[in-house]
Amino acid sequence: MNKTINQKAWFFVIPVFILVAFNAAIPLMTVVNYSFQETFGNNVFAWEGTRWFKQILLSERFHAALARQIAFTFIILLIQIPLGIGIALTMPKKGWGVPVCLILMSMPLLIPWNVVGAMWNIFALPDIGFLGHSLNGLGFDYNFTQQPGDAWFTTILMDVWHWTSLVVLLSYAGLNSIQPAYYQAAEIDGASRWAIFRYIELPKMKKVLTLAILLRFMDSFMIYTEPFVLTGGGPGNTTAFLSIDLVKMALGQFDLGPAAAMSLIYFFIVLLVCWVFYNLMMKNEAQS
Amino acid sequence: MAKITLKDLSHSYLEKQNNNADWALREVNIDWKDGGAYALLGPSGCGKTTLLNIVSGLLKPTKGKVLFDDKDITTLNPVERDIAQIFQFPVIYDTMTVYDNLAFPLKNRGLSDSEIASKVKEIAEMLELTSTLNNRASGLTADGKQKISLGRGLVRSDVNVIMFDEPLTVIDPHLKWILRSKLKELHQKINRTMIYVTHDQTEALTFADQVVVMHEGQIVQTGTPVELFEKPKHTFVGHFIGSPGMNILPCEIKNGEVIFSGQKISSHNTANKSNFNKTQLGIRPEFINFSNNGIPVKIKRVSNTGRHKIIDTESSGGNIKILSNSSTEIPSGSAHITFNQKYTYVYGDNWIIEQ
Repeated sequence: MNKTINQKAWFFVIPVFILVAFNAAIPLMTVVNYSFQETFGNNVFAWEGTRWFKQILLSERFHAALARQIAFTFIILLIQIPLGIGIALTMPKKGWGVPVCLILMSMPLLIPWNVVGAMWNIFALPDIGFLGHSLNGLGFDYNFTQQPGDAWFTTILMDVWHWTSLVVLLSYAGLNSIQPAYYQAAEIDGASRWAIFRYIELPKMKKVLTLAILLRFMDSFMIYTEPFVLTGGGPGNTTAFLSIDLVKMALGQFDLGPAAAMSLIYFFIVLLVCWVFYNLMMKNEAQS
Repeated sequence: MAKITLKDLSHSYLEKQNNNADWALREVNIDWKDGGAYALLGPSGCGKTTLLNIVSGLLKPTKGKVLFDDKDITTLNPVERDIAQIFQFPVIYDTMTVYDNLAFPLKNRGLSDSEIASKVKEIAEMLELTSTLNNRASGLTADGKQKISLGRGLVRSDVNVIMFDEPLTVIDPHLKWILRSKLKELHQKINRTMIYVTHDQTEALTFADQVVVMHEGQIVQTGTPVELFEKPKHTFVGHFIGSPGMNILPCEIKNGEVIFSGQKISSHNTANKSNFNKTQLGIRPEFINFSNNGIPVKIKRVSNTGRHKIIDTESSGGNIKILSNSSTEIPSGSAHITFNQKYTYVYGDNWIIEQ
């Protein structure tokens, strides 16, 4: 078959090209632009080469923020994934309980991020907040604005409250797509409840769980608004995750060059992890 | 191994039942002998899967009893009943190897490793799965997966009955033949009671010694394939079994004589008085011949299937299908036909009139 050559077809690509240019390429290029230069305002730029990148990669401040970020993401994944699966397993499969549970589960997901931060801030205040006041009343020395441990505890609790529902809903969808014949066959084969989970439910949930982990990784790794409103990165820098640190550097100190370099490094870390994860997932897929 | 008896079994998926349509099963009574091969045949929604799930213990019947060897087991669960069931879609444990899949029911019952190994080996050989034993089960084709499902049922030597719920639905046509003959062969080899649910008459008639035909939650006839073909007890059996199905024609009964299309018909059975809402004449297309006199018909269409010809005709009493040898000369335009008396039955309100 001969292909018709018609260069006018390129015109059809123009809208997409413009759209992608304006929403991704151009903003990203300005960041790239800043990351290699020093600016003194008034559009005066001086070439700096890779100096900012070296500076960021070697800075202790960046290492500390990255370590906090990795720890935070790791902890919330460790809590949210098993908890989400657990809740999904106990949710009713039919009857009036289904819509009730689904609505209750969706609610935290519908609340704007800064509202979540503000809510938890008030909720956790040691003197007037329900959580903070109760904990202190029970004899715990709790103050998330002063003590780093309490700040971490509150931030993680907030994220678990806000996002576990996503894992629940995805797992629930995965569980519901399992044919009843699998459960019937397992019953006839004499499988225990644990064996049913291990050999039927978990393998069948693999795809949605991969998706859940990927989404929760990306979202938590880029978290900004909620901890910013809750703790503002404090006390000190103890809850200053990568995004918070980045904004401090870019808008607080107006170090646009290093901040641009940090943005790009940050972006490549997220991209790399997603790429590795995606490839592992596809490799497993190809095997089966 | 067990004899299975179903006593006055009725089942409904609803809380309250107002009429017959609310019942998925109505008044089912069956006796299945130990070691027999049985088929439950009927269209989708006739209640055959419901019946099967009641026998296996996945469903508790609304009314009635299930007996294994005259012992009431209605309230027991599938494990306590010791049965095996193979489903419409192959059920395999994706993450396990073929070997582990076959060993799974035995492991759950706490058998020793050496016992498991010898049993699995034996079944794998029977099903020709030996070469794939160490492969992951999820990589197999649909028929391979269904063989595993089958193997998990056969691997236990203690099962009372093995049940098949339309097991060949997802299998390619050319493999269906192979698997079906495999099943038949297995039945002869291990001699265990097998119940096979299907809507495909060929599958039912080739697999089973006794076929139970179901219609709207009721058993309409139980019999050998030949009985179902030669003497359908219900008009449903007549047109469901056979291809094309039985001709069911409206007729009148006057003074014990059957009148169709204004002519007296000699039939196998007749009724003395007509105390039915409707009376019908049933005659299979195979048992109709062309003759010089008889019922006048108009030939509408002749389709040649290679082995035989199917002739669509029109009479004053309704359309009649005729099946004849492909070598038979078919008159064109109008003709006369006669019915073979031995296979001509009269039905009152869809049931055969017994004398």
